[in-house]
Amino acid sequence: MAKPTSIVTDSGKVRRVVVVGGGLAGLTTVIKLCEAGIPVDLFSLVPVKRSHSVCAQGGINASVNTKGEGDSPEVHLEETVYGGDFLANQPPVKGMTYAAPGIVYMLDRMGVPFNRTPEGLLDFRRFGGTLFHRTAFAGATTGQQLLYALDEQVRRFETVDVENEKGVVIRGEKMVRKHELWDFLGIVLDEAGVARGIVAQDLKSMEIASFPGEAVCLATGGPGIIFGKSTNSVINTGTAASAVYQQGACYANGEFIQVHPTAIPGADKLRLISESVRGEGGRIWVPKDPKEKRRGRDVPESQRDYFLEAKYPGYGNLVPRDIASRELFLKCFHEGRGVWNDKSGKNELEVYLDVTHLPKDILHKKLAGVLEIYEKFVGEDPYTNPMRIFPAVHYSMGGLWVDYEKSADGRLVVGSPRNQATNITGLYAAGEVDYGYHGANRLGANSLLSCIYGGMVAGPAIATYVKNLDKSALDVKSSVFEKAANRERERYAAVLQMNGSENPYKLHEELAAVMLRDCTIERHNGVLDDVIAKIDELEERYLDVGVTDASPRANQGAQFVRHLKNMLVLARVIAQGARNRDESRGAHFKPEFKTRDDENFLRTTMALYEKGTGGKSVVKYVRGLEYGLLGKTVRVTDDVDISLVKPRPRKYETAGAASHAVSDVPPKEPKASAKTAVRPQTPGGDA
Amino acid sequence: MAEKKKIRLKVLRQDGPEERGTRRWEEFDVPWHPQMNVISALMEIQKDPRTADGTKTVPVVWEASCLEEVCGSCTMLVNGKVRQACSALIDQISPDGQPITLAPMSKFPLVRDLIVDRSRMFDDLKRVKAWVQLDGSHELGPGPRQSPENQEEAYPLSRCMTCGCCMEACPQINDRSSFVGPHAISLVRLYNLHPSGKMHAAERLETLMGPGGVQDCGKAQNCVEVCPKEIPLVDSIAVVSRQVTKQMLFGWLLT
Repeated sequence: MAKPTSIVTDSGKVRRVVVVGGGLAGLTTVIKLCEAGIPVDLFSLVPVKRSHSVCAQGGINASVNTKGEGDSPEVHLEETVYGGDFLANQPPVKGMTYAAPGIVYMLDRMGVPFNRTPEGLLDFRRFGGTLFHRTAFAGATTGQQLLYALDEQVRRFETVDVENEKGVVIRGEKMVRKHELWDFLGIVLDEAGVARGIVAQDLKSMEIASFPGEAVCLATGGPGIIFGKSTNSVINTGTAASAVYQQGACYANGEFIQVHPTAIPGADKLRLISESVRGEGGRIWVPKDPKEKRRGRDVPESQRDYFLEAKYPGYGNLVPRDIASRELFLKCFHEGRGVWNDKSGKNELEVYLDVTHLPKDILHKKLAGVLEIYEKFVGEDPYTNPMRIFPAVHYSMGGLWVDYEKSADGRLVVGSPRNQATNITGLYAAGEVDYGYHGANRLGANSLLSCIYGGMVAGPAIATYVKNLDKSALDVKSSVFEKAANRERERYAAVLQMNGSENPYKLHEELAAVMLRDCTIERHNGVLDDVIAKIDELEERYLDVGVTDASPRANQGAQFVRHLKNMLVLARVIAQGARNRDESRGAHFKPEFKTRDDENFLRTTMALYEKGTGGKSVVKYVRGLEYGLLGKTVRVTDDVDISLVKPRPRKYETAGAASHAVSDVPPKEPKASAKTAVRPQTPGGDA
Repeated sequence: MAEKKKIRLKVLRQDGPEERGTRRWEEFDVPWHPQMNVISALMEIQKDPRTADGTKTVPVVWEASCLEEVCGSCTMLVNGKVRQACSALIDQISPDGQPITLAPMSKFPLVRDLIVDRSRMFDDLKRVKAWVQLDGSHELGPGPRQSPENQEEAYPLSRCMTCGCCMEACPQINDRSSFVGPHAISLVRLYNLHPSGKMHAAERLETLMGPGGVQDCGKAQNCVEVCPKEIPLVDSIAVVSRQVTKQMLFGWLLT
């Protein structure tokens, strides 16, 4: 087979890349690929405009230094790594923070209605883990606005014709073909174990089909629904990540699950109240008297305990999320100091988040979107009543392991096919589904950034990969695709046949209950053993599930059974990873091992799937792996690249602690030295 | 303690677009919870799929994603009114325990039960070129400066979730019309506001001339009543209508 030289084959077929997931990361990847002249098949569980990225509220970080505070991408790097408790590989973080201003400018050019300063510049606000105004925002629905802007650009590519390298239009072929309301089932692997496409299911007709792809990029988001109620959308079951993990992809740092300190307790979902509320001056408190019967608004100032401000004078209400969540949990769960409820006669698991002291017009301009959610779902006016909130599962720092290639200046080599590559050749990942940018704890407003940056890196990486492929997916034997599709058809038929006694929704409820209670803010080894035993039990009982729906159209019941199985497999990765890590780092906190143990645990948890017996899965942890890429073998280990910012204990009690060591960089990396750090402003991204 | 409070749901079901014979109302009694909404009530049916008289059935299917009224997925008719099911709180819509009726939107092709196919709305966004014509995603420096006032006009327009409420409520939308509907017109206004989007205003306005365009609006003003994001749709239609007229009269002079 001749090496393909054009994006169009001799027989006139268009070679496409498959992108799965239409949130910020997926859409950015699509845009980058289209700009590189590579057509895309885009798959999404929901119409892409309804992806979970819409839920992001507060903003996106970029050190533009509009306020003249001396902020810079170097400080942003420093604070991100420090906030992540030094578990993140630092070159990807540096690449991201230096690209951030350029990303925000691009979004502005796309028409995102960012809030403005009087001079007409982008306005920035404060977020957790920093003292700088670094977060660009569009009211309090920034994720929605960013998603829409990218969605529109991708929609434009749906109308653009495919051209070959000579500019000849290929009739009837558009740059982007969208497959919305399709569920990802797995990748198609050829005999050599290279990803050559995907198998997916149309959620209306339930038809299962395979699609060739020169490469595949997963941008399918996080697995929050494993914990039942969370701030996540109901589609975030992690099913796609789990499916490729079961096909051999490495899953990294699964145990690092972010619990957001401020969400509204609810029956079906824990709705997020953005960190930007505190960024704009919102304060967290509980009444000093645990039996305080007055409404929050009637409790005088002197009788309120602003416990975060008291304990962390340096960062106050804007300590990173892992710390804030632990403090709220301590206050409510261990000290029994949550807001008193006369009806229930107990202290609820709730504290006050108060904005009533802030001017209404500012609140309206900057936070209306989020305050509106509180008003709608609680039925109380947050402009005059302190909100009652509690922590909720929010984000997964862990995800599919992805590689990167470091450049001489400590960032990423632009266009390297290693960037965002998983250990399955031809399979890439970007966005929350990857593990790359946040270490043990993510800073607020860094997720929108990492999603878009991940896509900006994945696109060119995939383009290089595709341009250097020896063989096109279209030249792979059709039997490979048929076999892959048939295997999924058989699996689906087997699900439809399940007629046992267990209700899958109830099994999920049981899984979620233990994961939420025992595998989030505080983790104890004895209890984690029970969690793992429970997962054993649930995987066994899964075999006796009765599918609730056997109909041939829009069958959500059978789809849920599949997702349930994939959630069980990923839950084990999370719980077992937590059990193994005997230290406390970022979001992972074990009272038995209170301190961070760099000597033993400054390393990436790398999990590989193994099939066990009796329906159970087994997690195999490795210290390194190798994978093939364009004829070469790449070897990697679980060592964390800490070459740019030297690890040190986190001390958010002291103002500036997260950034004061900018000058403290190891001398062997001269380009990241103090000289770079004090440059007033470095707009522009990856060189 | 008294017997646990129950909620009665009446759901209009149909197995598929062709299966008209399966169109039926089914009633369900589900246990009440504090802060319950229509979605959590539907979720209860999945855990115990039986109708109110105890007959085993298949759980109702519906579309949902964010559950906080920003994604637009779960639009349906709740007690006859088009809205998102996630923000329909049980205690508000049924304070005294009245039965709650749920039905799919009527202006879109039915998929099954409460799910309809809204892809025409996304096609309409293509038709009106609802985007800024970008030179590329590479670095080209900061975007154009914009006044805070401009942002304050644009932001509310930009919150359109393509949820379908305005289409369902609009009397001009039916099988026989090709009217793009209020949502797409409002987005034309949005992109015509943006400093560089403006440069291609004429192209967008051309798409709204003639049949199916802005003149097909019957001025019923239902759209603005049902918009969950309180987007000033009637204002948008008026603004765009003026822009279209101007383009029709003087466009040849301007280009």
